[in-house]
Amino acid sequence: MATLAKDFTKGLWKEIPPFRLVLGLCPTLAVTKSAMNGLGMGAAATFVLLMSNIIIASLRNVIPKKVRLASYIVIIATFVVIVENVMQAYTYGLYERLGIFIPLIVVNCIILGRAEAFASKNAVIHSAADGLGMGLGFTISLTVLGALREILGTGSLFGIPVMWSSFEPFTFMVEAPGAFICLGLILGIMNVLGD
Amino acid sequence: MDILILIISAILVKNIVLAEYLGNCPFLGTSKKMDTAIGMGMAVIFVLILASIITWVVQIYALVPLDLVYLQTIVFILVIATLVQLVELFLKKTVPPLYQSLGIFLPLITTNCAVLGVAILNIRRGHSFIEMLIFSASSAIGFAIALILLAGLRERFEISDIPRPLQGTAIGLVTAGLMALAFFGFQGVDNALKAL
Repeated sequence: MATLAKDFTKGLWKEIPPFRLVLGLCPTLAVTKSAMNGLGMGAAATFVLLMSNIIIASLRNVIPKKVRLASYIVIIATFVVIVENVMQAYTYGLYERLGIFIPLIVVNCIILGRAEAFASKNAVIHSAADGLGMGLGFTISLTVLGALREILGTGSLFGIPVMWSSFEPFTFMVEAPGAFICLGLILGIMNVLGD
Repeated sequence: MDILILIISAILVKNIVLAEYLGNCPFLGTSKKMDTAIGMGMAVIFVLILASIITWVVQIYALVPLDLVYLQTIVFILVIATLVQLVELFLKKTVPPLYQSLGIFLPLITTNCAVLGVAILNIRRGHSFIEMLIFSASSAIGFAIALILLAGLRERFEISDIPRPLQGTAIGLVTAGLMALAFFGFQGVDNALKAL
């Protein structure tokens, strides 16, 4: 039980992606123009990560070593197609804003990384805990980064104005350079905070 | 003229890494040394153009007529993964020196989102065959340029005094941000060209 809790919580702080486990940078930088986008992207990635970890862990003794990466990619891609279609049907606005970064979940290195490093070696229940923890960690990171950039870049949070009325937004923060610099500084802060 | 705008826009104005946020993991992962940056840049140019051509043909002549467009993601990633394996085998057998310099980067390219991203963008933007070729080639060159420029900057970090918490990827990201800011300036070139 203790190890199960550890598998789950390591994704929330000790190895939180992408701040400590620096993978999956493209969606991290691209969709965090607002907190809502970050949350949506995180939720989509969490679903794919959890489901692919479960399936890969349950098939880990069946998949031949030589074709394992191709097999993982097919499993991950299947869940990405499901997410894509569900989001197109039920959350069309978010689907439009996230754009090509929804199909690109398939090449998110966090998901393939967890499949290779964890789900291919551990039992289903542990892999599920790992996938859920990493997914939640990713969602939290993306929401925090999105919130920061949205507050500084537009003066609002989840679309609601939160800054004083004379606040002049740094439009720079919602553009590409702001994304890189903001993430770089957060990585620096995480290094200061340590474990 | 449109072709020229497409080229300049894909290489400088809407640089695939610095403005479109694609391929950031290899961008930061392989930019610590100039040699690796050049190797990765060349490998990406090669695979990205090939992958774009094949996925475009698959989309237009197989997925659309068969009404299977919803399987785009899964088909494209399989095509790319297979292609990368084939290229690896082909280079190993026929051009061993090239394989030795590019070989280690090839497996990494399957999960480089610039490759799948450009393949999908070609379809979503409704490019014709020629436009697809030019857009893919310019995007790939834009990726290589950004990667090599960043590697040039990061090589100098080895001898500079960077605050300890920012060392490594953190300062790499900040540098990339400043580069993105500089590339923002090219927007003026695009506007000037369009006004011609």
